[in-house]
Amino acid sequence: MLVDLLRQLSDLLESEPDHPNLTRLSPPAYLDDAEADAAYQLLAGEELRTSHQRAIAAVTESLGRDRLTEDDLWAWVQSLNSVRLVVGTRLDISEDDHGPTFRSAGDPGDRPLWAVYDFTTLLQHDIVDALSR
Amino acid sequence: MASSTPVISPTEIASPEDDLGLDTDQPWIVLVWNDPINTMEYVTLVFQKLFGYSKEKAEKLMLDVHNLGRAVVSSGAREKAEIDVFRLHEHGLWATMQHDE
Repeated sequence: MLVDLLRQLSDLLESEPDHPNLTRLSPPAYLDDAEADAAYQLLAGEELRTSHQRAIAAVTESLGRDRLTEDDLWAWVQSLNSVRLVVGTRLDISEDDHGPTFRSAGDPGDRPLWAVYDFTTLLQHDIVDALSR
Repeated sequence: MASSTPVISPTEIASPEDDLGLDTDQPWIVLVWNDPINTMEYVTLVFQKLFGYSKEKAEKLMLDVHNLGRAVVSSGAREKAEIDVFRLHEHGLWATMQHDE
């Protein structure tokens, strides 16, 4: 399931870099200078996408191994967080509280997406825990 | 007899850079903004990793972001600030940079 998610994200980054669900992956850098931000987005947009693709590739490669290095864990954390950001954007998570009330008020068809969101959150939590030791 | 050389304080001289709008000496600050998706533990960890902050300092900054909406996480020359912003973006955080007023 994870491999499939990462592949979907990778495909989206590749084929639709301007997709609205990807906005959280390339946020503005300058709030008060549109020109400076445009220049930044030009430079950074491609680099950020490359960085995420590299992390996804590293995670996919690591799945075939028994041991994960610290670098591997960071690739996992980066990739999982990207998935959370993209899925979270799609689910319109805009408040700190996105508990049961918020979820039940949404589209029932979103349930699988919430499952993905929760799954990646839990997995990321464990990895962050491991890296924090 | 000791003669004292006049000391001109830097603030008394209008810096030519101010007129030209150059920011060679003016420091930039990097802010991280609160968002509903990044977890507190993750943000703390990223601060430690990217800036070498102690866990305590990273936690304090994270709480500032969480409670106050944003926090200054680093400062410096424009190029350094932009690199910091990029690395934060790479980790999924929302960072911006601006002149330190």
